[in-house]
Amino acid sequence: MINLKVNGKAYDVDVDPSTPILWVLRDTLGLTGTKFGCGAAQCGACTVHLNGDGIRSCISPVSRAVGKEIVTIEGLDPKLSKPLEQAWIQEDVPQCGYCQSGQIMAAAILLRDNANPDDRDIDDAMTGNICRCGTYQRIRKAIHVAAKLKK
Amino acid sequence: MSMEKTNSRTQNRLRLTIYLVLTVGFASAMVLSAGNKNYPAGNNHKDPAEPATENKTIASSPIDNKIENTFRDVNKQRAQESKEAFLAAYKVFMHPRCMNCHPKGDVPLQGDDSHLHAQGVKRGPDGKGLYALKCKNCHQDENLNGDYLPPGSPGWHLPPVNMRMVFEGKTPRQLAIQFKDPKFTGFKNFKKDMMHHVEKEPLVLHSWTYRAPPPLSHEEFVAKVKEWIDKGAAIPDK
Repeated sequence: MINLKVNGKAYDVDVDPSTPILWVLRDTLGLTGTKFGCGAAQCGACTVHLNGDGIRSCISPVSRAVGKEIVTIEGLDPKLSKPLEQAWIQEDVPQCGYCQSGQIMAAAILLRDNANPDDRDIDDAMTGNICRCGTYQRIRKAIHVAAKLKK
Repeated sequence: MSMEKTNSRTQNRLRLTIYLVLTVGFASAMVLSAGNKNYPAGNNHKDPAEPATENKTIASSPIDNKIENTFRDVNKQRAQESKEAFLAAYKVFMHPRCMNCHPKGDVPLQGDDSHLHAQGVKRGPDGKGLYALKCKNCHQDENLNGDYLPPGSPGWHLPPVNMRMVFEGKTPRQLAIQFKDPKFTGFKNFKKDMMHHVEKEPLVLHSWTYRAPPPLSHEEFVAKVKEWIDKGAAIPDK
């Protein structure tokens, strides 16, 4: 049995310690907001926060999270999630939407650490999250909007 | 009379012996002093073979010249061996397992062909990445079991922005000069800190655990770096 803390709640999960965090979240805990993209840390769709760091849950064994706190898109701090949600709607960012939870989890770390990001900061923070629909320009615009809404 | 001659010969021998001892001692001190120098960066440093020539102003007798020439030959030989040891270690320094984390830009290199790291990750001020793209987010404490999955080791990072320690594109001469520059390495004691880094640094040791290994074993690499330093840390010619 592995003890996990996810979105502020404690869980005991009966899984192999090598199971990726992604599959524990989705299959064991039913938190399906986090998506499977590549399974090799290449695309960012599976990004969650582990003690505040934006880890790739598809390549992180659940043993990595023992004694730490996982935050998923479902449990993101409203101080970050609300301005991002509002900006995403305002700029009509998603197309198919599959990568967007990973995009928002990465953007949340940027806004947490940098209240006034410029285009370069946004590119540096978001370049690891791939969008097959090519919504990058709208993502950048929405992050500028979210930064203003957050103040 | 015979006794006086004997005494005189004995005194002359004693004088000659003292003279030789002092000359050899002085020359040795000069050589050791030269071997222990921490040369500054740039092209104005002296090779260990050079100091013997400084004795020219002091030595003038045939014996002195012979001693001087002997020391000069020994120093030249040591310097040559030192340079050759560095050239052997240089192949490891410039191998992707080492050079990929010592790039000339702020994007780390990746793979056995040293391409720019996917995901567009960057160094960041502390060398640990930026925002959601911190090195340790993917590079965990151990290598992952699978093709193309991120290798891992505790403390995975690039050199920080204020001490980039660039290897990429450097010639053997440039790299050797930089290793001896505390501004490049941050080393307080060149020999001790350099040896500790190549022998003990976990990220250095880790270079032999995944993908194409460097061309020397870790033991051979350490031995070459040690030989380079022990024989005067001579700077290669090119």
